[in-house]
Amino acid sequence: MATTDIHVNTATHAHDDHSHEHGHEHHGNFWTNYIFSEDHKVIAKQFLITGIFWALIGGTLSVIFRLQLGFPDMNLEWLRPVLGGWITPEGKLDPEFYLALVTMHGTIMVFFVLTAGLSGTFSNFLIPLQIGARDMASGFMNMLSYWFFFVSSVIMFVSLFLQDGPAGGGWTIYPPLSALPQAIKGSGLGMTLWLVSMALFIASSLLGGINYISTIINMRTKGMSFTRMPLTVWAFFFTAIIGLLSFPVLFSAALLLIFDRSFGTSFFLSDIYIGGEALPNVGGSPILFQHLFWFLGHPEVYIVLLPALGLSSEIIATNARKPIFGYKAMIGSMLFIGILSFIVWAHHMFVTGMNPFLGSVFMLLTLIIAVPSAVKIFNYVTTLWQGNIKFTPAMLFSIGLVSFFLTGGITGIFLGNSAIDIQLHDTYFVVAHFHLVMGSASFFGMMAGVYHWFPKMFGRMMDNRLGYIHFWLTFVGVYLVFFPMHYIGIAGFPRRYYSWTNFETFSGFADLNMLVSGAAVITLTAQLIFIFNFFYSMWRGRVATANPWKSNTLEWTTPVNPGHGNWPGEIPSVYRWPYDYSKPGAKEDYIPQHIPYSETPESNLPHENELIKLESSGNDPIVVAKH
Amino acid sequence: MMSLIIGIGAVLVLTIFYLIFKVGKLVSIAKGKQAYDVSKSNGIHATLFIVFLIAGLGLFFWYSWTYFDKYTLPVASEHGAVTDTLFWISMVVVVAAFVIISIIMFMFLYQYQYREDRKAKFYPDNHYLELAWTVIPAIVLAVLIFTGLSAWQDITAPASKDAEVVELVAQQFAWTARYPGVKDEALGNYNFQLIDPINEFGLDLTDKNAFDDFKSLELHIPAGKEILLKIRAKDVLHSVFLPHFRVKMDAVPGMPTQFKFTATHTTKQMREKLGNPNFNYEMACTEICGRGHFSMKMPVVVHSPEEFEEWKKAQEAWLKQNPSYLEKVPAGLREAAMISAGIPLENAIASGVVGSQSVSVK
Repeated sequence: MATTDIHVNTATHAHDDHSHEHGHEHHGNFWTNYIFSEDHKVIAKQFLITGIFWALIGGTLSVIFRLQLGFPDMNLEWLRPVLGGWITPEGKLDPEFYLALVTMHGTIMVFFVLTAGLSGTFSNFLIPLQIGARDMASGFMNMLSYWFFFVSSVIMFVSLFLQDGPAGGGWTIYPPLSALPQAIKGSGLGMTLWLVSMALFIASSLLGGINYISTIINMRTKGMSFTRMPLTVWAFFFTAIIGLLSFPVLFSAALLLIFDRSFGTSFFLSDIYIGGEALPNVGGSPILFQHLFWFLGHPEVYIVLLPALGLSSEIIATNARKPIFGYKAMIGSMLFIGILSFIVWAHHMFVTGMNPFLGSVFMLLTLIIAVPSAVKIFNYVTTLWQGNIKFTPAMLFSIGLVSFFLTGGITGIFLGNSAIDIQLHDTYFVVAHFHLVMGSASFFGMMAGVYHWFPKMFGRMMDNRLGYIHFWLTFVGVYLVFFPMHYIGIAGFPRRYYSWTNFETFSGFADLNMLVSGAAVITLTAQLIFIFNFFYSMWRGRVATANPWKSNTLEWTTPVNPGHGNWPGEIPSVYRWPYDYSKPGAKEDYIPQHIPYSETPESNLPHENELIKLESSGNDPIVVAKH
Repeated sequence: MMSLIIGIGAVLVLTIFYLIFKVGKLVSIAKGKQAYDVSKSNGIHATLFIVFLIAGLGLFFWYSWTYFDKYTLPVASEHGAVTDTLFWISMVVVVAAFVIISIIMFMFLYQYQYREDRKAKFYPDNHYLELAWTVIPAIVLAVLIFTGLSAWQDITAPASKDAEVVELVAQQFAWTARYPGVKDEALGNYNFQLIDPINEFGLDLTDKNAFDDFKSLELHIPAGKEILLKIRAKDVLHSVFLPHFRVKMDAVPGMPTQFKFTATHTTKQMREKLGNPNFNYEMACTEICGRGHFSMKMPVVVHSPEEFEEWKKAQEAWLKQNPSYLEKVPAGLREAAMISAGIPLENAIASGVVGSQSVSVK
């Protein structure tokens, strides 16, 4: 099964040496332990807590603009202490600030929460623990990755308080709007800070990604071949590769936009008459920016989604007490999705004036991506079949993810069809689609991950009942927020509208909009339960056992509070895949990865009995990689 | 004062919640209940999923059925009827898949909830099953793709030669339409550097086709005849959206775009069909363009072909409305320009716009 990438390591006791080395590093001071830590677990927690902070900001912004959309006659005077001049003298939200809110909500949620908060947290936390490594390939780069993200966060946060407001041209920052301060206030200093912040963010993301990839390739423990890696690690691996290939393109787009804004170039600007004068820029193309942006922008969807799918695969298998159905098909579909994600970007641009022939090509490629996605859903459902399902909060959130992935994913069949997309493009149908399939599904994956790995992060359990209340309020809330948007979208309501009352065509649906906004308020409030549970349990939760979910993967072989270096002694070797749940003949309904086949003769399959010989090769341990 | 009371109230409510939580926690510790492994509420969640499934699907079908007319827009273009059909075909496929998979999934959750006496089935893969659900979606999607592709090709094919051409110009935050006048039936050239507060199209008055072009703040089009919209933007991206005609196309500064379509119902016919005497077609902007994005509306009027010709004849050429721009017309073309734009020659000579120079040319 795994013979191809196994070789015999003649330098014995490499792991032992390593553990002694690490034994001395436990005593640092506060700064090296908690602030500028190079320990992957601490960095993961830093990403997580920063991500939670951003999620609250991003969620609050959305509730403010939902108030405007759901209750357009509401007097928002009570927000003046917070928003100041952005509340007009009539007690309404300023239309330009509305756009800034929409823009920042998108930017924060996509990049700061679901990229850094999700991938940053769980790639960092789980990769070394699940492949059996003492830390990341480069702890220093890992630390830099977080601090680049931190500085980027500070800059983005500061931009919220500018007099002219933060960036306001939509999270896609299409020029010329984003390039011309005379077109919208948010394209002044707010946009400059947005670009600087994103440049740092991309640097952070690349530092992290390079680390994840090299760690996974080089630092797997004895026996941890690629075909024995948990799906989480596979997902992080693909995510990191996708990020590494696509983020630099966004960087180039941002750089060219900085040039257009500040140094008089014309990459994206041409034939513009604004503010009573014709600008000198000629020959640029706004469409070029869109191509560059979506070359990242589409893979970004999968950068956000794949880690969530990886986490939920692991959680569903553990709590259904069943092997994940179609392990190899799951990997194959992620690989296929990863490849296709690079060649579907222009489906965001069917009606931008792009050559219609390109539209045909991208439509074809886009609908192909539905096939591996469908395979994933079927595999999840089959994993549940004949399982023995334990509804832990993590399991509930994973099931929520599958449900959102289904509901949101299938509407992509309309949007990927260019002929149908003509009507639906930039309406609320699109908003409903991506908030379910990418936003909510990934968010639920992140929540599932937090509930599931909290005991390993903090050595304590989160409170289950609060977790259940949190899940049901959020699950129903998210459906109430986004499902009605399909109807509003089919009726043609355009997105990013401050108000629809100027149009007879869009005059209905005050009722649905009110429902959506009300549900949004409740859903956000429900997140406070999680915040409380999270911080309360960190100090006061029940003390966890080493393997509370009876799970197979390596992180559960560490002590309750793994120290620096993760395993106090030797790193365990791996002898089997991570999904030996409910194996016929076995004593318990799980067999962890570090249990050799020689110890489980009662449950071995015929080909597994043959692997026993390889296990007992004594002083020449089988090692997958050197350090 | 009011906010203080609300604040205190909120704190009290939160404290009560906290106490309830705390008491529950202590009770559970006193009872020595296992805090993890299988929760006592396991069965409740399994049941709740079924309740959610039934309630959710019920609401979905009830709303979709009852309010069908509310969320569907009447269609008033030829290709719109085609794309609507495609939309509803996809809808049948998608809703079927959605409902079946949802029911199966939530049923499984209920049926296979944890029981101590049962062991899960060790079922790591089944290649036939996996092959089946790779191939079946692929075939269904292929059918959808090919119907979509052929519709897309028809919609984006070049417009016929005798299509009625209208130019739409977008700017923050208004639309302007320019029609080729009735005399030459051709739009004149433009250049963004010629734009000024009056010459908002940037009309190039050295081009004789520009003389009879006229401007409109409403989009007037005939029913039953192909219309070619030529779309451009002056400042930032905008997007033409004609919801009833299923038309959408971005307006891009520096890159003219176009969209062809044929309207099927005049405004009057649509009013009768809907039984709403106040019905009007509208055009909106669907690409974020700044502060006034949400107010960027253009009224749309669909005439019968005869009415449309009459309407066009009744419009004044842009040059006639702005005769001072005759100065920008090369001297040799001025008389032609005046004839084309419908400016009475005597008036112009009297006001000295044409007078001496045209004499000097002779």
